[in-house]
Amino acid sequence: MAPVTSVDRRDFLKSGAATGVVLLVGFRLPARAADDPARGQEKPLVNPLQAWVRITPDNHITLILGKSEMGQGVMTALPMILAEELCVDWKQVGIEQAPTDPKIYQHGTGGSGSVASSWLPLRQAGAAAREMMITAAAARWNVNRDTCVAQDGGVQHGARKSFLTYGELVAEASKLPVPDFKTVPLKNSNTFTIVGRGTARVDAKEKVNGSARFGIDSRMPGMQYAVIARCPVFGGKVKNFDATKAKSVHGVRDVITIEPVAKGAFTAGGVVVLADNSWAAIEGRNALKIEWDEGPAKSESTGTLSKQFRENAAKPGRIVRNDGDTDAALVRSTKKIEATYEFPFAPHATMEPMNCLVQIRPDGAEAWVPTQAPQWAQDVIAGVSGLPRESVVVHTTLMGGGFGRRYQADFVMEAAQVAKASGKPVMVLWTREDDMQHDFYRPASYHKMQAAFTPDGQLACWKHFQTSTSIEAVWGGKGEEGAEKSEFATAAFIPYQTPNFRVEYTLASSSVPRAWWRSVEHSSSGFVVESFVDELANAAGGDPLEYRLRLIGDDRLIPDFTNPKEGRPLNTARLKGVLKLVAEKAAWGSPLPQGVARGIAGYYSFETYTACVAEVSVKDRAVRVHRIVYAVDCGRPINPDGIRAQVESAAIYGLSAALYDAIIIKEGRVEQTNFNDYTVPRISETPKTEVYIVQSTEEPSGIGEPGLPVVTPAVCNAVYALTRKRIRRLPIQPEDLA
Amino acid sequence: MAIIFVLNGKSTTVEVDPQMPLLWVLRDTLNMTGTKFGCGMALCGACTVHINGEAARSCITPISSVSGKKITTIEGLSNDASHPVQIAWIEEDVPQCGYCQSGQIMSAVALLAKKPNPTDADIDDGMSGNICRCGTYQRIRKAIHRAASLQAAK
Repeated sequence: MAPVTSVDRRDFLKSGAATGVVLLVGFRLPARAADDPARGQEKPLVNPLQAWVRITPDNHITLILGKSEMGQGVMTALPMILAEELCVDWKQVGIEQAPTDPKIYQHGTGGSGSVASSWLPLRQAGAAAREMMITAAAARWNVNRDTCVAQDGGVQHGARKSFLTYGELVAEASKLPVPDFKTVPLKNSNTFTIVGRGTARVDAKEKVNGSARFGIDSRMPGMQYAVIARCPVFGGKVKNFDATKAKSVHGVRDVITIEPVAKGAFTAGGVVVLADNSWAAIEGRNALKIEWDEGPAKSESTGTLSKQFRENAAKPGRIVRNDGDTDAALVRSTKKIEATYEFPFAPHATMEPMNCLVQIRPDGAEAWVPTQAPQWAQDVIAGVSGLPRESVVVHTTLMGGGFGRRYQADFVMEAAQVAKASGKPVMVLWTREDDMQHDFYRPASYHKMQAAFTPDGQLACWKHFQTSTSIEAVWGGKGEEGAEKSEFATAAFIPYQTPNFRVEYTLASSSVPRAWWRSVEHSSSGFVVESFVDELANAAGGDPLEYRLRLIGDDRLIPDFTNPKEGRPLNTARLKGVLKLVAEKAAWGSPLPQGVARGIAGYYSFETYTACVAEVSVKDRAVRVHRIVYAVDCGRPINPDGIRAQVESAAIYGLSAALYDAIIIKEGRVEQTNFNDYTVPRISETPKTEVYIVQSTEEPSGIGEPGLPVVTPAVCNAVYALTRKRIRRLPIQPEDLA
Repeated sequence: MAIIFVLNGKSTTVEVDPQMPLLWVLRDTLNMTGTKFGCGMALCGACTVHINGEAARSCITPISSVSGKKITTIEGLSNDASHPVQIAWIEEDVPQCGYCQSGQIMSAVALLAKKPNPTDADIDDGMSGNICRCGTYQRIRKAIHRAASLQAAK
């Protein structure tokens, strides 16, 4: 990888070190195909008995997790795959976080890609380990290995009724040549006993007794706690400061400054208070007197951005896709629909604020990092310390939520800078205010939609203009065609049939940092497409479900326009399948109590098909969601319990976007500070949520995010059905219900 | 100034700034990290502990104010995750990221102490101070009902 200071997104795409980033924009993970030739060259064949499975002579079996657990359940689902092929008793295995070693592991965790990308490689690793055990046993017994079978964590030889545990075989098995992953026999799915069975989380117990160690719980002897005062205006710098009072706070040890780092981390820099404990560091920061050089971003506000959006929308954008002649169809038609949709910046607001513990010594570094990108953390610390990457030990800890926020290295960069300056182990701790005001936000965007009907009611055209503060513009891909495509995602290859289809884009400028937020561009694209098609259904006088099914039309595969080479095509049969299933389970069309209405949405994201029906009421200009029903088709379900949990979770996150999520910019800074002025859904607002899973045998696909893009439009479509008020900006405002 | 209180049944003495919130004394001074920092303003409930049996937000509780009182944290609920609320939480597979769950569980235990058989409205009242960004609320509700049954059966 390029030096830390110049890591940009394209380097990431090439390096494979950021496979999660690749997936986040909907690209297919190269490692997904383990027989990818380039992949084979990059990584030497690893011995699965070292990399993935550890077995002691007394038969303790430990499965290694190469991804980051942030609540999404990979610590359970991924070892299930290994255990299945390895033929071990699920109750007997332990699970351990992998060391950070990008030569062996694809650590990056994002884009709902962990199960999808690991499915084949982990099966192969588990199968290879199993075959090595069988070979070792056959050699020990001096029998034909075809007469030996692996089961229950050992090998059995039928004729002799002999059984050897893996522990008894591991010494010999480890020395055997590793079978070719491409040809190693995989189990027939009919014989699966672990994959596909609802399995309780392996980390539940430690998370209910307080013993789970999150990043913020990391400790080292002699460590200090650091809190950083960052310029509230994006891009601003310290002009001068007075630390006299801060240094007199009991427990404060030092006050230093760190420089902002632009490319590769996007940190604000600032004044750092180091102390014996978190409280002293926070109090010390409160006592600082700082004069900021606020810089040019001070003139930016939500209002100026909104104005910029409207100016951009008044002009044609750059053509991203153009099938047929949309403009001619618009001119010809006498029945047209036009609507604009707008989205604000949205924060991640993980429950655990950002933090990172680092120690940099002359001979090496050690860090505890709650990160979705351990390899990036390692690179950042190596870059700051000047140490070779191999000398930087990064422990990936549990995370109090990720949602894309922790696929960043800004907090690691800061901790490395402070640790280098102080010479001591330092935990950089963010407060909630820091977290709210220095996030990498879901982009703000504005969409102008136009459609026209033929005289016989067919959809004559669909035109989608978008202007946004793209993620790509932050990460170095400004102006690239690929960047524009990624801002649209599935909105650039919608399943709704029309001969004239046009997509245009104009980049809007902003100083507000942006990045990946749960479901990324699908969060807005899904809302726009599934709201606008609902508008069309209403204009055409059709039932929203029937209209969708009719407009999707026949069974076919629609190429992924954003990634035609590697993206899996949209299968309209599977999309219709989830729409029909959710309609059946939600009793679509059946009577509801007075004052309650249903809305529906169906969408394709992260190679998964989701459909959602929401039941809502409106009282005192406030929306209340009573029930949410989902149908999901994410290919072969690995852990159905985990799938349900993730969809329930995305429902609440999406509800947060529908009802509350808005970061308001004023004078170049974020207005919101904490959970008093930034609202999130609470238990009293939680609808009854049901999740139905299609029993598919297709390749597994993502599930952490796909629940989100359908719930917000389903809710707002229900609001329309009830009130005839069309919600065209999020979050829903009381005045939009008036 | 030495401040003495009973923490999970044990007499505990700390010498810290009397204004230091209980949260940071637990986490940084006593290395009891089960109690979490979420907002620092009693808005999210992640830091919930019991003070003399009542749920309290430790992030805004100055250590001097707990002098002589009994504090229970998540670590003090049971030695082995055997408290009925903990059992119910595991059986309903509640946690996702798990960060808020110490606070959720401490709030639920306090709720059940007052309302052994809570209604959904009681749960809304008792639990609305606790935020979960993973959205485990539906399972929390089920787990509280289950815990109520488990306690009743005891």
